[in-house]
Amino acid sequence: MPNVENERTNLAIQARGLVRRYGDMTAVAGIDLDVRRGMIFAVLGPNGAGKTTLLRMLATLTSPDAGTATVMGHDIATAPEKVRFSIAMTGQFASLDEDLTGRENLVMLARLWGFRSGTARARADELLIAFELSAAARKQVKDYSGGMRRRLDIAASLIVTPGVLFLDEPTTGLDPSARQGVWRLIRQLAASGVTVLLTTQYLEEADQLADRIAVIDHGRKIAEGTSRELKAATGSGVLHVSLADSGQIEAAADLLSAHLGSVVQRSPEGAELSVLAGDAAATNAAVTALITEGFALTDFRMGAPSLDEVFFALTGTPDASAPDAETEKAKALA
Amino acid sequence: MTDLTADASASPRTASAPETGTPGIAALRRVPPPTPPGPLSNALVFGWRAILKFRHVPEQLFDLVMTPIMFTLLFTFVFGGALAGSTGDYLQYFLPGILVQTVVFNSVYSGMGLSTDFQKGLFDRFRTLPIWSLAPFAGLMVGDLLRHLIAGGIILGIGLILGYRPDAGLFGTLAAFAMLLTIGFGMGWVFIVLGLLVRTPMTVMTLGFTILFPVTFASNIMVDPATMPGWLRSFVEVNPVSLMTTSLRGLMSGTASLSQIGLALIAPVVLTLTLAPVVLWLYRLR
Ligand SMILES: Nc1ncnc2c1ncn2[C@@H]1O[C@H](COP(=O)(O)OP(=O)(O)OP(=O)(O)O)[C@@H](O)[C@H]1O
Ligand SMILES: [Mg+2]
Repeated sequence: MPNVENERTNLAIQARGLVRRYGDMTAVAGIDLDVRRGMIFAVLGPNGAGKTTLLRMLATLTSPDAGTATVMGHDIATAPEKVRFSIAMTGQFASLDEDLTGRENLVMLARLWGFRSGTARARADELLIAFELSAAARKQVKDYSGGMRRRLDIAASLIVTPGVLFLDEPTTGLDPSARQGVWRLIRQLAASGVTVLLTTQYLEEADQLADRIAVIDHGRKIAEGTSRELKAATGSGVLHVSLADSGQIEAAADLLSAHLGSVVQRSPEGAELSVLAGDAAATNAAVTALITEGFALTDFRMGAPSLDEVFFALTGTPDASAPDAETEKAKALA
Repeated sequence: MTDLTADASASPRTASAPETGTPGIAALRRVPPPTPPGPLSNALVFGWRAILKFRHVPEQLFDLVMTPIMFTLLFTFVFGGALAGSTGDYLQYFLPGILVQTVVFNSVYSGMGLSTDFQKGLFDRFRTLPIWSLAPFAGLMVGDLLRHLIAGGIILGIGLILGYRPDAGLFGTLAAFAMLLTIGFGMGWVFIVLGLLVRTPMTVMTLGFTILFPVTFASNIMVDPATMPGWLRSFVEVNPVSLMTTSLRGLMSGTASLSQIGLALIAPVVLTLTLAPVVLWLYRLR
């Protein structure tokens, strides 16, 4: 194997078989991860997939029950203090002291890092300017808006420039413009050389930001690649079918599923079905079958899959409530 | 799971144009970690945090001293004459006891603070810093001791205004405050454990007072146990709160014996020795 050593040092994060259980519940069920330095890596998964648990293990907040991992070359189990020197984590919920002002929060953390008070204040002010929080610097955090809190929380992770920044659902609960702002921030951070590992429930976010995406569900990684690769892997496209009579939807879904072998997704309004369709001949046969069986179609078309559909195809369900379907799918893809 | 690539170089971000708009982040200096600070320095930062909190949330001072002030006034003027012959004599008896009660009750608030910090994820932030892993607890203790000093000082001040006189003078009062801080330190562990176990600050408070009310009332803080029924008296006499109160009275009046001081220290020492490892263990578990 050539360049093994090179590969190793190129990796900001390397995890093998990470497992974490809570009682009977396995939150993370054996995850491998390789994250190259300087990239934005997204961990995408629905509620309860194990994203937070995975991040907490890598950030040395929770110890794994099995498996190993290194972060910036340091083992999380044997050298957690070294790991802590090279990481910062912004948790899913703002980790700030609400009673203190924004500036005091930053100064406090800078002093905990070991900066003298003058240096600590200077760094706090730099961060406040960079994150456009100067105007609110002397307001208590409890009076901040959601977007300001998020920005301050990320700023608090940059007092010392981390090798790896963990961001757990950085935009959950933000309005679209605040979300754009955080995205911009993340891109700039990555451009400045910080490796970013973020989790998200939003496919769009992963699609927009990440160099690579790992899709996890029920504690397992079910796919990994660039967003383009993930889309490509699920077939050449998606067949969308609109029915004139929404009463026929179940029957039509069964027929499509029988022909194409994939799970059929129903639009919320009820009259539209979409299904991944890799094979043109099978797709053609499926549509023909619908027509000959007497279903009245108002429209049918082929489209490129969105990451949403990719996720759906991988997990078998948009909210991942069917573990079996998803593991089957994972096996099929593996 | 599926690994779909050999080649990850075709990434969407590297292809996209650089962002403009907030030059701030791009201009941000890269800062390497400084020399790690010592545990004492860390603890002092947490103490500074506690002081800042007093400044921003002065109401908390109100929480800390309002109940003891009410107790002092009510007991002295309503029951004092009946209990001790005169309000002045009663105050002389009662004030050291209310100082103990203040410190014991105040340790509940630190448990609530801890629970809040956990809930807000602030502890996670502290834990990802390369600092001594117990520094946040040491810091909590520093904040607590400050709170005990401030609240104790205010109660003593009110006592002095009302006519209380510590016969042991300044030295005895300082010794009494050292004892109070020791008591507060010992009791602090109980509520750190609760704060670690219980998810909501309100539950910590309810549980805390459920434990503390009987323990402080069935003590010699308010009345001499001589008039109590025998079964109760035997509890009151071994109640650690009574032992603490007796020693504090002794210290402030200059009559404390070594055995009184020793008995008062049993509970804080035992609590520290047994609960500190429990705290460590619970903390690692979380
Ligand atoms: N401290 C804990 N004690 C018990 N169970 C836990 C704990 N933390 C997580 N879990 C469980 O582990 C599973 C994974 O949780 P985790 O928080 O990692 O998911 P997540 O992907 O971050 O979800 P979300 O999108 O809701 O944040 C969940 O079923 C959760 O209930
Ligand atoms: Mg989570």
